[in-house]
Amino acid sequence: MTAARPTRRDFLRRTGLAVCMTVPFRQALAQGAAGRVIVIGGGFAGATCARTLKRLDPRLSVTLVEENPTFTACPFSNEVIAGLRDLRRQQFNYEQLAEMGVALALLRAAGVDPRARTVTLADGTRLSYDRLVVAPGIDISWEGLPGYSEAAAERMPHAWKAGAQTTLLRRQLEAMEDGGLVVISAPANPYRCPPGPYERASLIAHYLKTKKPRSKLILLDAKDAFSKQKLFQNAWKELYPGLLEWVPLSSGGKVTSVDPAALTLATDFQTYKPAVANVIPPQKAGHIAELAGVADRSGWCPIDPVTFQSALQSNIHVIGDAAIAGAMPKSAFAANAEAKVCAAAVAALLAGGTPQTPKLINVCYSLVAPDYGISVAGVYQPANGQLVEVAGSAGVSPLDAPPAIRAAEAQIADGWFRTLAAEVFG
Amino acid sequence: MDHNRTHPSAVPEVDKWIAAFAGMTISLLSALAVAAEMPSGASSCSGCHAASASVQTPVPPLAGRPTENTVAALREFRAGTRPATVMDRIAKGFTDDELAAIAAWYAAQKLEPAKKKSDGG
Repeated sequence: MTAARPTRRDFLRRTGLAVCMTVPFRQALAQGAAGRVIVIGGGFAGATCARTLKRLDPRLSVTLVEENPTFTACPFSNEVIAGLRDLRRQQFNYEQLAEMGVALALLRAAGVDPRARTVTLADGTRLSYDRLVVAPGIDISWEGLPGYSEAAAERMPHAWKAGAQTTLLRRQLEAMEDGGLVVISAPANPYRCPPGPYERASLIAHYLKTKKPRSKLILLDAKDAFSKQKLFQNAWKELYPGLLEWVPLSSGGKVTSVDPAALTLATDFQTYKPAVANVIPPQKAGHIAELAGVADRSGWCPIDPVTFQSALQSNIHVIGDAAIAGAMPKSAFAANAEAKVCAAAVAALLAGGTPQTPKLINVCYSLVAPDYGISVAGVYQPANGQLVEVAGSAGVSPLDAPPAIRAAEAQIADGWFRTLAAEVFG
Repeated sequence: MDHNRTHPSAVPEVDKWIAAFAGMTISLLSALAVAAEMPSGASSCSGCHAASASVQTPVPPLAGRPTENTVAALREFRAGTRPATVMDRIAKGFTDDELAAIAAWYAAQKLEPAKKKSDGG
């Protein structure tokens, strides 16, 4: 027994070790400000990240740089286009973020100097950071589709950034006479919200079926396969036969140019002249990503899958649609999940700690009719420098689910949006 | 033979007190570390499971739910024995240990009470 009794030296060695272990923690406590973080972009990724950073460590100085004082959310904006929802339900502000101590810089970020670690705002103000989070979402690749431009988007709206474009497309559909042709063009991968064009086609078809039944919708696609494809196609056969036609790449679906003056879309085989044209164009990371030097030649931002640190610049992280997140899709759910992981990693790095290896979830709901929801879900983890699906975790709603399940998924989708909005902006 | 008990002296008593204090400090610090750091995967759950009772959603909250309830539900989801929409797929992405850690973390959280005004979302 006596042999087991610790000597004073053993004891001091052990408590000494304990003290060493707590040093980073105490240093973090002792600092008045634990670090300066700037987040560029106030969408689901950026606003989540700013808020989570403050929740994790209220002593962090967190500044959110966002040009628009009102955020208009994309998820459910297809319901607005179909006349099923008010745009105001999509809109949020940053009051709650400000209340919890996030500094708001409601200006455009005009530049980033990764060496000096500064962000320059549109009015010339220069802000310094220890860590920068770039979350600008998407920009339209205006050079990606001949004939398409900012002016063209006023005639042929993309409505792929919610707000005025959403309202414009809604008004065009309302103004169209019964019997009119609607054409949607969907881009090649990658782009924001992989199932989005198909949900939009479904909900516009629902609007036409109920309000303008002699009309037709053609979905021209630059792909042969898409997210939840079987589920969408089964639903279209059931709900919108003869009304909604999908033209895949292999059948000449790729739009190669548009003419906004003539309101025409050309493929290699045919020119379409619809009453309403919704051009979902090719996309890239928001422009500030390019200015910060975190976008590669693809237009998107390569990242480390553990911390979301840029592969191209140190002390800068990229989250949300702008990031190349491997198997994780460009969705609001993914943006929110990535933002929380990134915030924890940034807080850990600023405190001198080691970020945890994360697991992330994505769930995307799509509505094919107001009471008919379908989903895709998956769990992701870092492997070989990328985010990959955990085997067996990814999948879509069952093909043979009864109407009650479809209705339940539509309700859960609505609940998801409320939950997300409350977590991020509420 | 227990040396401490048969030959009590001031020095071992102080040792024991310091050791006990140090032990407490360590467990307090590790408890703080646990509170500060969510287990891997847990931060994604709040995308669907609301932190506040104010939010109108058919999805049940996880905060404050007993660990064993959540673990049992997650295992049934994974086994396909519990009716599910997305949780059957998501539960397959986690090990037993991960599910248990996530369930325990949420059990330790408090569900924010409903505000009088309903949420705007």
